[in-house]
Amino acid sequence: MGRKLDPTKEKRGPGRKARKQKGAETELVRFLPAVSDENSKRLSSRARKRAAKRRLGSVEAPKTNKSPEAKPLPGKLPKGISAGAVQTAGKKGPQSLFNAPRGKKRPAPGSDEEEEEEDSEEDGMVNHGDLWGSEDDADTVDDYGADSNSEDEEEGEALLPIERAARKQKAREAAAGIQWSEEETEDEEEEKEVTPESGPPKVEEADGGLQINVDEEPFVLPPAGEMEQDAQAPDLQRVHKRIQDIVGILRDFGAQREEGRSRSEYLNRLKKDLAIYYSYGDFLLGKLMDLFPLSELVEFLEANEVPRPVTLRTNTLKTRRRDLAQALINRGVNLDPLGKWSKTGLVVYDSSVPIGATPEYLAGHYMLQGASSMLPVMALAPQEHERILDMCCAPGGKTSYMAQLMKNTGVILANDANAERLKSVVGNLHRLGVTNTIISHYDGRQFPKVVGGFDRVLLDAPCSGTGVISKDPAVKTNKDEKDILRCAHLQKELLLSAIDSVNATSKTGGYLVYCTCSITLQLCFFLRSLSSPHIQVEENEWVVDYALKKRNVRLVPTGLDFGQEGFTRFRERRFHPSLRSTRRFYPHTHNMDGFFIAKFKKFSNSIPQSQTGNSETATPTNVDLPQVIPKSENSSQPAKKAKGAAKTKQQLQKQQHPKKASFQKLNGISKGADSELSTVPSVTKTQASSSFQDSSQPAGKAEGIREPKVTGKLKQRSPKLQSSKKVAFLRQNAPPKGTDTQTPAVLSPSKTQATLKPKDHHQPLGRAKGVEKQQLPEQPFEKAAFQKQNDTPKGPQPPTVSPIRSSRPPPAKRKKSQSRGNSQLLLS
Amino acid sequence: MRPLTEEETRVMFEKIAKYEKIMKLAANISGDKLVSLGTCFGKFTKTHKFRLHVTALDYLAPYAKYKVWIKPGAEQSFLYGNHVLKSGLGRITENTSQYQGVVVYSMADIPLGFGVAAKSTQDCRKVDPMAIVVFHQADIGEYVRHEETLT
Repeated sequence: MGRKLDPTKEKRGPGRKARKQKGAETELVRFLPAVSDENSKRLSSRARKRAAKRRLGSVEAPKTNKSPEAKPLPGKLPKGISAGAVQTAGKKGPQSLFNAPRGKKRPAPGSDEEEEEEDSEEDGMVNHGDLWGSEDDADTVDDYGADSNSEDEEEGEALLPIERAARKQKAREAAAGIQWSEEETEDEEEEKEVTPESGPPKVEEADGGLQINVDEEPFVLPPAGEMEQDAQAPDLQRVHKRIQDIVGILRDFGAQREEGRSRSEYLNRLKKDLAIYYSYGDFLLGKLMDLFPLSELVEFLEANEVPRPVTLRTNTLKTRRRDLAQALINRGVNLDPLGKWSKTGLVVYDSSVPIGATPEYLAGHYMLQGASSMLPVMALAPQEHERILDMCCAPGGKTSYMAQLMKNTGVILANDANAERLKSVVGNLHRLGVTNTIISHYDGRQFPKVVGGFDRVLLDAPCSGTGVISKDPAVKTNKDEKDILRCAHLQKELLLSAIDSVNATSKTGGYLVYCTCSITLQLCFFLRSLSSPHIQVEENEWVVDYALKKRNVRLVPTGLDFGQEGFTRFRERRFHPSLRSTRRFYPHTHNMDGFFIAKFKKFSNSIPQSQTGNSETATPTNVDLPQVIPKSENSSQPAKKAKGAAKTKQQLQKQQHPKKASFQKLNGISKGADSELSTVPSVTKTQASSSFQDSSQPAGKAEGIREPKVTGKLKQRSPKLQSSKKVAFLRQNAPPKGTDTQTPAVLSPSKTQATLKPKDHHQPLGRAKGVEKQQLPEQPFEKAAFQKQNDTPKGPQPPTVSPIRSSRPPPAKRKKSQSRGNSQLLLS
Repeated sequence: MRPLTEEETRVMFEKIAKYEKIMKLAANISGDKLVSLGTCFGKFTKTHKFRLHVTALDYLAPYAKYKVWIKPGAEQSFLYGNHVLKSGLGRITENTSQYQGVVVYSMADIPLGFGVAAKSTQDCRKVDPMAIVVFHQADIGEYVRHEETLT
């Protein structure tokens, strides 16, 4: 297995070992006294050449002589003889043959091409030397002529196949430039004009990135027809160069573009080139191009080709990082502390022993874990004597980290849906000495039913693996839209279950950390054999946004002071602004696997009444300002605006039944008003007490109070709106105004919207428009009574708007999303 | 494997008692879904013998009365499941009787596993270097070698 360091041992015999590359003994022979040369098999031509190369390498670095004539180089003569001797010996370590004059083992790669000539030289010299008999001479004479043949014939020769290939490649490359350009012109007629032009400019651009050819021909985008032809025989070097060119051009598009070519053509070409060069599927590459600016994109793709460094985490239950580092260094491991942000992490640069099999590993002193996997646990920060749930725990790295942070107190429930991987969880936890864990095998979505009420929950959701492409390159090609959406769906379900398993009233907790190892914004299901990170925006931000709408949770800072902030908007989508507190990590920026982390705090155990898909396709109700705006905001209600959320939800529910008998509404007006009025004080008090930003128990209570009202008043529109508006209004302005029910009520929703808008302006932009459009056609359905009611509030509104306004500045964006009536209101 | 000594029995039950709280929580989880709880010490065989697992090493090691230290060169061999030869023996507790249960340590005092003394301490001194002095029973290498069957 290891290199044999006994130079006296020679391999004899007809077998491959006799012809194998000479190991350390050949180097040692240089220092050891020469042994009398033995009768050994003569080396094959390959072996002889290699031996000659080795000897002559350092001395002959600048070889200029390519002619096969036997040059009488004084220094070479003895080597030549010994080379011959080596070759004829045919053994690995004929120390007699390696005399002092020999220089480096192998010549520099640049001289490889000359090696063949040199070999033939030496062969010639051997001919002259009579040391080894005529047989060798006869053998060596033909060598250089039969080089290429013998290469193919003799497999497993002393010259390894890879070396042969390298030499061939080098020879090819020498003639490459000319050859290939010739091929191009042959293949692609269209390119005839292009190639000569693109040749020099490409070289220039490669040389001096900023040496933009002002006067010369700029890089010409190959015509569209070429794109198909390229698929036949992609020349990677050419493709790579073209990628660099296009990125350079796109960076300064105005100046460097070619006339008549659009940006999208360049982008398309770039996309194809990247797909060829880095072996990506179209879908994933498209997603990545959306996600990253071009310069980062290339860095990201490059980073995915290289594996991340191996990292490990000290098990503080059994040892300390210092002691562990010392013990591993004694075993021959080259390591360093991971970074300032980790007190237990170590990064391994290289190791002479298998890092996963040292006695320290077996004794449970450390665990091999990716750096990015340590982050969610740090964000979750489990405390001692807490009850924690880890929903997707395999292979147990995060679970054990949590256990060591909790010092084996409390209880952890480690769950995973995959029975195979659970075995590794069991093994790891036992090995690391974790005693406070229960391991179970459930589908994560069953969770609060089985057992709930945890202080903290960690959900490392199954993902598309777009962040660990370096670990599993198959992700590049086998992911498509369907996969991502499937993942997203599963992740949403898991996240809701996780949220429901958290006990919001926990004294020390109430937190949930959701993390994935993909970088897409969507969610993707990836049967992971390894923990695969998320990077897609659709998976991560989208899922988090969904959860914020569906449950009483809010995002809190993760406590990680590095990493990129999550997206609050992406292309046409808008997410909640608190998504800024989520964190994204990329392989090319942080040198760890791609990761996405979000930390939630649950502030209420009640589940808000879910809007059945109607919220998206909200049935328009009437022209009422308050209705319009709340509806648009409804779907985008973040947890923070619990109060507003409850109200708008009610309004939305009302709006969902636009065609209910209006008479009911009329009848209900008085009822509604009264009941609302009576309950308003209590509600407003609770609401007024809690700050607008805080989502707290009163919000839950308010919701609870309102909900029955909402259901009862589903068929009532304006009265509810007015009363709810009033409530909102009252909330915002502490002193309740009981007298003017209608006007304050009308104003309040606008106020609500005004205040809500700044926080939640993202989604209304998208949704409000849709809502408004739907509302417009429905206006004719409204009864006259409604309109009356609607109108009357509008009347007195303007005068009262201003005083209220002064307390809060109206958000500018509001105007866009408001319906016709609203805009009038606010502008006044 | 071998009968537990009295001390080991006591230790084991002490530890088990500490798991009460966790057990109550685990009662929620149905039997077929519960994979593991706490630390597995060992298993009962069909004939009601108790087989000790390496996973109990953490708990038993501090209480071991009879210990055997092996040289660094012999560590790997033991971790692969081989018996300990005289040549690999570093130290052994005085007055260890034959067939006494022992805990095997590395020279750095890391517990490596369980074993049974094949020879008493006196005999160990007399015997030739290739003789077995400790029979291997369980070692921490099993975490990697026998991951599937651990529990």
